[in-house]
Amino acid sequence: MQDKRFQIANREALIGVALVMINFAIWFGFAYGLGSGDPTEYQYILGFPAWFFYSCIAGSIFMIFLIWLTIKIFFKDVPFEDGEEEI
Amino acid sequence: MIHWQVIIPLLVFLIIIFMIGFWANKQVRTSNSFLQEYFLGGREMGGFLLAMTMMATYGSASSFIGGPGVSYNLGLGWVLLSMAQLPAGYFVLMILGKKFAIISRRYEAITLIDFLKKRYESNIVIFISAISIIVFLFASMTAQWVGGARLIESLTGLNYTVALLIFAVTVLVYVIIGGFRAVALTDAMQGTVMIIGTIILLIGTIIAGGGVDNIMNSLVTENPQMLSPFGSDGSLTPLYVSTFWILIGLGVIGLPQIAVRAMSYKDSKSLHLAILIGTIGIGTIMFGMHLIGVLARPVVPGIEVADTVMPILTLEVLHPVLAGIVLAAPMAAIMSTVNALLILVSSTVVKDVYLNFINPNATDKQIKKRSFIVTTVIGLAVVFFALKPPEFLITLNLFAFGGLESAFLWSVVFGLYWKKANKYGVISSMITGLFLYIYITSEFPNIFGMHSVTIPVLASFFVFIVVSLLTHQKTKLTSKDI
Repeated sequence: MQDKRFQIANREALIGVALVMINFAIWFGFAYGLGSGDPTEYQYILGFPAWFFYSCIAGSIFMIFLIWLTIKIFFKDVPFEDGEEEI
Repeated sequence: MIHWQVIIPLLVFLIIIFMIGFWANKQVRTSNSFLQEYFLGGREMGGFLLAMTMMATYGSASSFIGGPGVSYNLGLGWVLLSMAQLPAGYFVLMILGKKFAIISRRYEAITLIDFLKKRYESNIVIFISAISIIVFLFASMTAQWVGGARLIESLTGLNYTVALLIFAVTVLVYVIIGGFRAVALTDAMQGTVMIIGTIILLIGTIIAGGGVDNIMNSLVTENPQMLSPFGSDGSLTPLYVSTFWILIGLGVIGLPQIAVRAMSYKDSKSLHLAILIGTIGIGTIMFGMHLIGVLARPVVPGIEVADTVMPILTLEVLHPVLAGIVLAAPMAAIMSTVNALLILVSSTVVKDVYLNFINPNATDKQIKKRSFIVTTVIGLAVVFFALKPPEFLITLNLFAFGGLESAFLWSVVFGLYWKKANKYGVISSMITGLFLYIYITSEFPNIFGMHSVTIPVLASFFVFIVVSLLTHQKTKLTSKDI
């Protein structure tokens, strides 16, 4: 019989994979999407080139927010010792 | 020249660390399960401690000294690359997560190898794992130790040997007497110093440079490519930079010093909190320190030796007392990496080699004595080699990070999540990964424009699956536990 706690663990691991894919997409998309042009013609946000601002600063803050949200919504508390789950 | 303002914060720092070591020793002496206490801190870590020890173990000399130096020369492209480390904060804990915590308790595993041993039931797996951990991590430890001593040498003006001894004695005393608990508690303090130091230096540098706009203008005037994602010399291709996600982001799961932390925390709540704090901490340090390297360029121009950028900048832009605190950060980063490696290598020798192959029936008293002796001997051996580091250790250290990832990443992940993973799969995958990594790194670094870890990690993935599928009839279903 499959341990119920493992279904939770498996789902949370898959969420981890999904988060990394989102993280990579934001990081890659903004960096090379906005940053591939001529550096002398970059737009600036708060003093930083726009690609850098979105990819490294806003992107990271967004990821931290997303991680906080997924933990709050999807992550469940389970006991780690065997035998506790029946109680 | 001796900088007192730098020495005093460092001294305060060392004294607190000693006190933590003695306090932890009390726990070690009163615990009724010596092995679990000494090598895992009794599996009692809360969320903050877990986050800090992950972060501090992961952040090393290269985050504070090497990294900013490269950014100084390559520009914002290197900061972009460093952000591939953000997943190390959440991905590792989410993947190993609850499953590893439950299984390692069920197996009563104290070390990563304990887990592999019970999961795959093979002495060859233990043997390959123990050898790679001992060899690679001994080499990394020596390299970090040399880095620590050089840093003390350059900051205080003491000579190399004295600096090395001060560094070594501090680390050895608290690790030997306090075990994992002392390591984790000092990591919490060291991690805090690392974050605060990064923030102070970032603000100080921006002020000294007259604001971000001003600094960016100077960089454009010097070389517009400094602001591009491709690096000042155009060497950072998207493919090359992306493959760093494997080396310093996703592959981190395969580093034994990181993985072992994922079996030492108390409960689910600790895990959830650690994921959040750890990601914020790693993000702050990696982003901050690498960006500092770029911003430093107009502030302290013309630095030839990249590794001196961070110390020179700190002494230049900050008030002496603040400089002392900030310069304790790289020190903390090095110590917190070294102490984790020392306790890990010691646990491998005691638990995985001595108790497995030499004396399985050792009494508690014998184990206790052996643990203290082994930790001491390894520590002293590192000091001895660090006095005059031999060539082969320096070479081995270059292979350590990627080599361990190639060997352990899939063994751990498949071991946890794939029932059909078996010992034939794991042995062939470990050997493929290790040899391919060493071969590619020494013969064709940057093969096909990718980091050399890419192909070994992919190859060991496929070898693992193919061999396990071909042989899974041969092994009885041993994986009912997962």
